[in-house]
Amino acid sequence: MTGTIDIDGQSIPFEDGQTIIEAATAAGVYIPHLCHRPGYTPHGSCKLCTVKVNGRNCSACTFPATDGQTVINNSDELEQDRRRITQMLFVEGNHMCPSCEKSGNCQLQGVAYHLNMLDNHYPHFYPRREMDASHPDILIDHNRCIFCNLCVRASKEKDGKNVFGIAGRGINKRLIVNSPSGQLKDSNMSIEDCAAHICPTGAILIKRTGYQVPIGQRIYDQKHISEVALAQENAHGQD
Amino acid sequence: MAKIKVATTSLAGCFGCHMSFLDLDERLVTLAEVAEFDRSPITDIEHCGPCDIGLIEGGVCNSENVHVLREFRKNCKILVAVGACAINGGLPAMRNHIALEDCLLEAYRDGIGVENAQIPSDPELPLLLDKVRPIHEVVKVDYFLPGCPPSADVFWSFLTALLEGRQPALPYELVHYD
Repeated sequence: MTGTIDIDGQSIPFEDGQTIIEAATAAGVYIPHLCHRPGYTPHGSCKLCTVKVNGRNCSACTFPATDGQTVINNSDELEQDRRRITQMLFVEGNHMCPSCEKSGNCQLQGVAYHLNMLDNHYPHFYPRREMDASHPDILIDHNRCIFCNLCVRASKEKDGKNVFGIAGRGINKRLIVNSPSGQLKDSNMSIEDCAAHICPTGAILIKRTGYQVPIGQRIYDQKHISEVALAQENAHGQD
Repeated sequence: MAKIKVATTSLAGCFGCHMSFLDLDERLVTLAEVAEFDRSPITDIEHCGPCDIGLIEGGVCNSENVHVLREFRKNCKILVAVGACAINGGLPAMRNHIALEDCLLEAYRDGIGVENAQIPSDPELPLLLDKVRPIHEVVKVDYFLPGCPPSADVFWSFLTALLEGRQPALPYELVHYD
C-alpha cells in the first residue's frame, strides 16, 4: 500500500511498510529523535519523535504511515513536550558538556540546541555511575548513557555479537556488558564494531581520538541537527 | 531616566563568566551609559541593594552561597543564571559522586603534598553542602544564559533585549553548553 500522509499541512508520500518518521525523512521533514536510526529495528523509547496522529500522541519512529493520516509535528505543545523530555534526559544522568569529549558532536546536545533548551528545569539526580575504561580502544562512561538501546541493537543486528544489554527498570535501569566480569575488556567487542560508533551521546567513546577537532568547530557548532540528520539519514537510504 | 541597576556575583564558579562579560569590551561603555553596577566584583560593593538585574555565576556549594543567592533573589527584579555551573552545577558538581568526607580527607589530609594535615574547622568558614546544586534548585530563576562561559555576544543579546523592553531570546548560534 502506498499513499500520502499530511504532516503540518504538507502532503507526503509513503511506501508500504514505512513508518511516519521514514516517510518524513525521505520528504525532507525533520522530526526530532535520539533512539531512532535508519536500518535499525525501531525502539520507540526516547519519545522525542512524539507527533500527533489524527489527534493522538504517537512515536513517529514506530507508527506505520497509513493513507490519509493527519500528523502534527511542529506545534508549541509538542515543542514544549520535547524540551521537557530532553531536560529529563539531562537531569537523570550526569551530562557535563564542558568536560565531555563528545560536546559539539553529541546528538543529545544537538537536539537540545534545536529545541532552544536553555536550562534543565528539573532538580538534578546526580546519580552515581561508573566508568569502564578496561577495553584497550573503547571507553564507556555510564554517566552519559540515555538508554536509547542503539549500541544493544548495533551489536546484535549489525555486528552479529551480543555485547550490550539494558538491565533493571526505572531508576535502576543500566547498560550492562555481556562478559564474565561485566567489563568491556572481557567481551568480544572491537573498535571496528558498529556498536562502538553508534552512541548518540558521549557514553561510548573511542580512545586516543579525543579533541582532534577543537570545541567550537564541531558538527552542531556549525549546523542544526535537523539539517545534519536529514542529510545523513537520506544518504543511508541510498546505500 | 534613572540608570538600570545591575548586580553580579560568582558563587561556586571560576569567574570565567565574569571574564567573558568583560569581553564586551567597548560595548561596556555603551552599557555604562544606561546601566550602573551595584554589588559586583567590578565595584567591590559588599551587599546588594534593590536592583533591576542580578547575574549569578556558579552553582551553590556552601552555606554562604545560599545566603548570597537569597540576597540577590530578594533584591533583584530579574535574576539570571549565567553559565553551566549556575544552570547544572557544572564542573564543581563533579564532586557530587564523592562523599563530602572523602573530598575533605583527600584535599586536606591524604592528598599528595599536604603539610600540616587538618580539615579546616574555623567557625568563620562557610559549611560545605553535601552536593553542589544549580541555583534554580534554591531560588526562582527568571532567565538562563548557557555556556562555559556564555560568550560576550550572549550577554549583549540578552541585556540589549531587556533594556529595549523586548523578551530576550537566544538564536541557535548563541546557544552552547561548552
